Amino acid sequence: MKSDYNIIIIGGGPAGMAAAIGAKEAGEDDILILERDSVLGGILNQCIHNGFGLHTFNEELTGPEYAERFADKVRELGIPFELETMVLDVTPMSDGRKAVSLISAQRGAVTLTAKAVILAMGCRERPRGALNIPGFRPQGVYTAGTAQKLVNLEGAQVGKEVVILGSGDIGLIMARRMTLEGAHVAAVAELMPYSSGLKRNIVQCLDDYGIPLLLSHTVVDIKGKEKLEGVYIAEVDENRKPIAGSEVYYPCDTLLLSCGLLPENELSSGAGVEIDPRTNGAFVNDRLETNIEGVFSCGNVLHVHDLVDFVSEESKRAGANAALYVKEGRKGGREVNVTVGNGVRYSVPSKINTDALPELTHIRFRVTGVYKDASIIIKSGEREILRRKSRILVPSEMLDIILKRDKLADVTDDINVYLEEVQS
Amino acid sequence: MTRELICINCPMGCMLTAEVEGGEVTKVSGNTCPRGEQYAKTELTAPVRTVTTTMKTAGGKPVPVKTKAPIPKDKIFDVVAAIKSATAPLPVKMGDVVLENAAGTGVDIVSARSMNNA
Amino acid sequence: MTDVVIIGAGAVGCATAMELSKYKLSVCVIDKESDVCEGTTKANSAIAHAGFDAEPGTLKARLNVRGSEMMEELARKLQFAYIRNEAMVLCFDEDTSGLNVLKERGEKNGVKGLSIISGDEARAIEPNLTDEVQAALLAKTSAIVCPFEMTIAFAENAFANGAEFRLSTEVTGIEKVDNGFKVKTNKGDIEAKAVINAAGVYADKIHSMVSSTPLKITPRKGEYMLMDKETVPTVSRTIFQLPTKMGKGILVTPTVHGNLLAGPTAVDIDDKENTATTSEGLNEVRAKGSLSVKNVPWGKVITSFTGLRAVGESGDFIIEESDAEGFFDAAGIESPGLTSAPAIGEYLAELVSKRIPFEKKADYIDTRQGVIHFAQLTDEQRDELIKKDPAYGRIVCRCCTVTEGEILDAINRPLGATTLDGVKRRTGAGMGRCQAGFCSPTSMVLIAKKLGIKTEDVLKNGVYESEVR
Repeated sequence: MKSDYNIIIIGGGPAGMAAAIGAKEAGEDDILILERDSVLGGILNQCIHNGFGLHTFNEELTGPEYAERFADKVRELGIPFELETMVLDVTPMSDGRKAVSLISAQRGAVTLTAKAVILAMGCRERPRGALNIPGFRPQGVYTAGTAQKLVNLEGAQVGKEVVILGSGDIGLIMARRMTLEGAHVAAVAELMPYSSGLKRNIVQCLDDYGIPLLLSHTVVDIKGKEKLEGVYIAEVDENRKPIAGSEVYYPCDTLLLSCGLLPENELSSGAGVEIDPRTNGAFVNDRLETNIEGVFSCGNVLHVHDLVDFVSEESKRAGANAALYVKEGRKGGREVNVTVGNGVRYSVPSKINTDALPELTHIRFRVTGVYKDASIIIKSGEREILRRKSRILVPSEMLDIILKRDKLADVTDDINVYLEEVQS
Repeated sequence: MTRELICINCPMGCMLTAEVEGGEVTKVSGNTCPRGEQYAKTELTAPVRTVTTTMKTAGGKPVPVKTKAPIPKDKIFDVVAAIKSATAPLPVKMGDVVLENAAGTGVDIVSARSMNNA
Repeated sequence: MTDVVIIGAGAVGCATAMELSKYKLSVCVIDKESDVCEGTTKANSAIAHAGFDAEPGTLKARLNVRGSEMMEELARKLQFAYIRNEAMVLCFDEDTSGLNVLKERGEKNGVKGLSIISGDEARAIEPNLTDEVQAALLAKTSAIVCPFEMTIAFAENAFANGAEFRLSTEVTGIEKVDNGFKVKTNKGDIEAKAVINAAGVYADKIHSMVSSTPLKITPRKGEYMLMDKETVPTVSRTIFQLPTKMGKGILVTPTVHGNLLAGPTAVDIDDKENTATTSEGLNEVRAKGSLSVKNVPWGKVITSFTGLRAVGESGDFIIEESDAEGFFDAAGIESPGLTSAPAIGEYLAELVSKRIPFEKKADYIDTRQGVIHFAQLTDEQRDELIKKDPAYGRIVCRCCTVTEGEILDAINRPLGATTLDGVKRRTGAGMGRCQAGFCSPTSMVLIAKKLGIKTEDVLKNGVYESEVR
């Protein structure tokens, strides 16, 4: 079997497929997608709800439909992919290529090589242990995504009386899903004073079914030694510490955790890719290239997105840039840093090469809290590149600012992204 | 009467303000696209939802399905019950109708994924 | 009539079964849980202690040092994880006489390789020790083991040598009969010439079924925090603090799987089932652990858990024939019980032989084929294995690189796993940073298939209502 490629893409979910399509459409033919599951599509296969694809296809699709459209495109373009294949290690080689060690039933344990590697492994859920919830460790405590997989892909019935901790989108979606499966969802508790999920999901997943959302609440104790019997939920103060005496007992057989997603960057770190502690994803430049030449990162492994459409768009660019790298090598030139200020948690990219600007440059970021009538400012030194007023900015939404080439062409100072709040 | 609601058409979740007079929506503001206005009108008079769930198959694993068009909100549980009592044939293609006229809504249920035998 | 019934399939029960299976005896192990290693054995520090802690002359001292000596060879022959990683006992006081006491005690117990080093010397070999460390006792023979794999190995070896295991079987009473006992369970009675009580925190309850002398076991709660696998270990040795009256204090240690473990607290409780963690306990682990080691990655905790140590009243292990002839107690097996387990097995065999004389089997098998740990193989070995069985080419647990082949082996072998925790303890699947979020659906499907039950009915742990094994 062939073992040397121009581009190897790790992950065949929405990011990996879009990256492959992006590379192919940029004229690169020698591509291989490696996917650990038995089908393409990644996490979308278990996201059977709708709401995907409005930007990409101008219609509202379910996760499996969105995935299948991309998978069909991958097949149509004749891009090779290998399933049930787990990449264990990526190592830069002395000649600039990358060694990709993998395991699959088909190939065995082998090492492939590639000029460019696109990291598109997605993210995982924060488990209970990381949340430090005291109590027993019984059956019936799942991350929302694990429950989603069991219900939607395996057809398993997960529970009858449910409490959800965390109002991330998967938690909200699962509140509705469990209700439709005949379970009773007693409450969704959220530690923060705002939901980390999309507003539409609060309306159509909670409000539609009369499921209460308890903001500034958390689970403080778990009861039941072998099987979950119930949880205590308490209100938290402004420092997110439980308020003594506010505990309420909720009997339940299932506790779902939807408390955040973590980019899955163990492979990246192993390859020497520098990780941004704010996103838990790689530091990348405007070409989505990491500190390691020829290693690109896109999708949820780079930073957790709110919409898959943005994942696809970003990944397509990563694919095109990888194709360009294969052809022309790393672009030299002047790089300016992108830094963040008031109200902005991170930005992707963290560097922009102003000597080789594409037509459009994306700057993506999230805000640190809920802001009303604030303005997004992008400045380089004293020069204001962008000022955009927004009625409402929330941390659950990823913001995508697109700058035309001429806006950045002669920029030499660091670019700073921040919010200007209204003075009252 | 003024009603506030959040548009669920797309993930932007626009905050809509609607004026309702005599059971009719007379004015909508806060929307960024025409779908928002339409949403407010429907939501305040005859709300509808697209339902997504799974249907069992002969192969053991379930197949994801959805209503081909939105159905009245108060029919959600009837439609889900109708889907639960049906079995999708295999193989099935994405978009194939797997149940016609679910729970008398006039809306068909279609497969959201292609699936082969077993 | 069975020769020996052992009540309790923890480290002590299984080690004793293994020891007795060397002889021409019928042996039956009973446990109320659906798997071996479900009590005290599954939640502890996983240390093979050197043996400097116990008072010279006690059973604890003798059996600890003997167990520590036996462990390395057992680990090799029975294929369980064992790493002699050394240990340090830290002294934060300028008066370091406490360390001398330990060293002398250890030497009296026959522990080799003990030395006292200065704080700077300690920091030179363990750079993450805090500046508060004044001196340390270095123990070269201290090691870490996988308690699950060790106990499962003992059980599987015993099974291979003819021992019977009745799991999901709870002892409800014991009656004295002619020439022995009738052990009553929720699944019928078993008559035995001799009974060994290795019931952990329930040893007092079992004891009182036949004996009139009092025995009290107090569960001592110990809470732990387990951190994600490390590429560069925070510490490579097991780091103790000078013992206090309430036990060994908080230790910080690598595990055989490459994680960092901190704990335990020590709180005596009444409830023998109370393995819940508490925020006070976890706070104590963090506070005391930080005293020894700086840069403990507390932000990378992947799970926390509570173990119950079975503490007797004498301070020593209680291993003896009771006032009921033929009924032997192995009670109060708190730390260093895990280390001592194989030595306790030997000692019990000696005691039992005085009651029922027995002779050695000629065909005793002293080895055991463990579950292959794919993650530890070379690429060549992996490749060969996948070619032989493609199930080893399918990774199920991505955090710990566990394959479908390993999980199937864990499920299909004798005394195999029937629960998610059973799979985890045999293969490591689900022990990683995602804590089984990714692999549990697949593991559940594989277990359900084997047991012929629905996927959602697969248990995390505990006993199935209907017979599945």
